[in-house]
Amino acid sequence: MKETKNILLVGVGGQGIILVSKILTAGLVKAGYDVKMSEVHGMAQRGGSVSTQVRYGEKVYSPIIGRGQADILVSFEKMEAARWVEYLKPDGKVVVNNYEIPSLPIAIGKAEYPQGVIEALDKVFKTTAIDAGKAAIEVGNIRTQNIVLLGALVKALGLNEVDWVEIIKENLPQKMVDINVKAFQKGMEL
Amino acid sequence: MKKLMSGNEAIARGAYEAGVTIAAAYPGTPSTEILEHMVDYKDVIYSEWAPNEKVAAEVAIGGSIAGSRSLAAMKHVGVNVAADPIFTYAYLGVNGGFVLVSADDPSMHSSQNEQDNRYYAKFAKMAMIEPSDSQEAKDFLVEAYNISEQFDIPVLFRVTTRICHSKSIVELGERQEVGHKPYIKNINKYVATPANAKRLHVVVEERLKALEKFANTSALNKVEYNDTKIGILTASVSYQYAKEVFGDKASYLKLGFTYPLPMDLIREFASKVDTLYVIEELEPFMEEQIKAAGIKCIGKELIPNIYELNPDIVAKAMLNETTEVKSVDVEIAARPPVLCPGCPHRGFFYAISKKKNTVVAGDIGCYTLGAMPPLEGIDTCICMGAGISAAMGMAKSFEVSGRDTKVFGVVGDSTFFHSGITGAIDIVYNKGKMVPVVLDNRITGMTGHQENPGTGKTLMGEDAVEIDIVEVLKSIGYKKVAVVDPCDLKAMNAVIDESMVSTEPYAIVTKRPCILIKGLEPSKVKCQVKTDKCKKCKMCLKVGCPAVFFKDGASYIDKSMCVGCEVCMQVCKFDAIEKVGE
Ligand SMILES: Cc1ncc(C[n+]2csc(CCOP(=O)(O)OP(=O)(O)O)c2C)c(N)n1
Repeated sequence: MKETKNILLVGVGGQGIILVSKILTAGLVKAGYDVKMSEVHGMAQRGGSVSTQVRYGEKVYSPIIGRGQADILVSFEKMEAARWVEYLKPDGKVVVNNYEIPSLPIAIGKAEYPQGVIEALDKVFKTTAIDAGKAAIEVGNIRTQNIVLLGALVKALGLNEVDWVEIIKENLPQKMVDINVKAFQKGMEL
Repeated sequence: MKKLMSGNEAIARGAYEAGVTIAAAYPGTPSTEILEHMVDYKDVIYSEWAPNEKVAAEVAIGGSIAGSRSLAAMKHVGVNVAADPIFTYAYLGVNGGFVLVSADDPSMHSSQNEQDNRYYAKFAKMAMIEPSDSQEAKDFLVEAYNISEQFDIPVLFRVTTRICHSKSIVELGERQEVGHKPYIKNINKYVATPANAKRLHVVVEERLKALEKFANTSALNKVEYNDTKIGILTASVSYQYAKEVFGDKASYLKLGFTYPLPMDLIREFASKVDTLYVIEELEPFMEEQIKAAGIKCIGKELIPNIYELNPDIVAKAMLNETTEVKSVDVEIAARPPVLCPGCPHRGFFYAISKKKNTVVAGDIGCYTLGAMPPLEGIDTCICMGAGISAAMGMAKSFEVSGRDTKVFGVVGDSTFFHSGITGAIDIVYNKGKMVPVVLDNRITGMTGHQENPGTGKTLMGEDAVEIDIVEVLKSIGYKKVAVVDPCDLKAMNAVIDESMVSTEPYAIVTKRPCILIKGLEPSKVKCQVKTDKCKKCKMCLKVGCPAVFFKDGASYIDKSMCVGCEVCMQVCKFDAIEKVGE
């Protein structure tokens, strides 16, 4: 693979994006790629908009991308997908979690949660909307939503050369492994 | 062994491999994880959270004088705090190697300004090294210690957010067992009297000349000749952006040693390329010096001097290339950072925002978010410590101008130890008619939960004396120090009211731990809206909690976010919010 691939993970602080990017990059390194990843630790511990960029290929220079350059956008929250969509290549893909976290301006009635986000995304980009929350509950723990999304991302990118179950084992505490493997597999099926 | 490492992790590893034995820092994004990772090597490196950057720099300077390879790390504005010892240590020169890591934050992802600390190298007359990825962060740090000791000079190791918080693959090395240099008393070297300083200033200038010569041949500076139509001089992460855009269609002079600049090398490179471009983030630090040396180049004519760069910006600036960007047709709401659900600061800000004729000088910490709507509970935020001392100036100004507004000065626990104490002393000493408030959440919250002198633990995980903020204030001379749970609104209000009429020095300490402190049991109690009792007055929305919103015509509390702090419950006039899950 000559060309560098760019993944953009976005969501809201506290949704477990950092863990997903950690597992993702560990897998890509194991597969022999040059990998760079960039994360911005925002101001607030929770509640702000967060993003992580992962780049992989034969040789990666810049740790970050500009607008119009991501191959795939994985959004852990619905509105955040619309916020970051300009970072996608015109033929980029969107994986969006159909899950709403109202921001404070929305909560206090100063703004409204946008309607029709998924439809709008779907008009312009190849969009896969998944209900990671539901899948995570089915698996048995709502907190595995992030790993469900990892599964969906791996599927969308066709990253099958990596033994992801092994990578999950290496990166999670033992008692969390089984449920997260299930969540991952669920994400692959969605 | 190869490992994916952030720049900060790699710097800690570099310190280990360089044989560092003393490391001190005060947390600050994007530098914080350097010392957090230093703990990985605690068997051989002593590391500490100092109360502030000046102390951190001085501890490391002391370590260096005593013969240890030493490191101090801080965010860019931290260097302002530490500038005093640094400037003079550049005159004195080192014993064990000394490196000051400055982590700048272009684009101000989590900072109050965008200062370019490369100027500190020139200003204080230190050597400067800048890595462009994690591998270099590790390797160059080892070289920084060699240079520091060889040239008897402190080294400024300057990194930026994208170096600190980007991960890339690092090949690890072994630790050099450099041991400790013997400490020998040397008054002429280490005592900065005017007479010594006069002599030393001459020495410093000579050192810099010798360093410039060295820079011309240093392996940290690399020339890469390809097509010579375009010659790019660059350093730090900008090199990666340039490579991304131009690949091997341009020639590069990539500098790792950036002060003093290798002017002969630059002149030679300039002579071999048709046009020399300087690609650097923020200020024209290199460009100005290159132009002053009479070398023609193009820099800030094209490259912006505001905000961080990325490949897209470089391509647009240099090649007029624009990337196709598609957007979607939805109106999105902002998602500003907010005080967490259950944040203890919320209670204080809710209470103070209801007090008429008050001004609140704020500070930097999670509580800066108290300025956001709907709380809008602070009037100012300048730098760490100013929450108390700027409040003093405001109070004095109101006093002399005859305005009867009551002034509060707010800092957090970590900020109190950092530089709030001196302001608190000023108030008592100079009879300030104002109330200092310490929002003690038992941790350094904003930067991701570091221990501080009030928490009873050290960076290396040892138990420590818990320095008691209340006792400190009492010993300064505050006649009344009110301690209150900020989420008990009635008590909080009563304390604020009492403080406003007190004629004696009065201080407030709010005490309630941050809900995110590791090891704290998550609360089983949650708040819940009794929908039938909800009068839809939206009073509860006024506390600005992300867990409370209005949904389908009534207030609603998200159980997965609520931690049961009960602040919303206390503001509901209709008892429509209840506790569940006890
Ligand atoms: C001189 C300086 N050093 C470090 C920082 C980074 N910084 C911002 S807020 C903060 C910690 C504040 O902690 P605390 O006062 O305990 O308040 P909390 O965030 O816990 O509410 C730090 C270290 C800074 N802005 N300026």
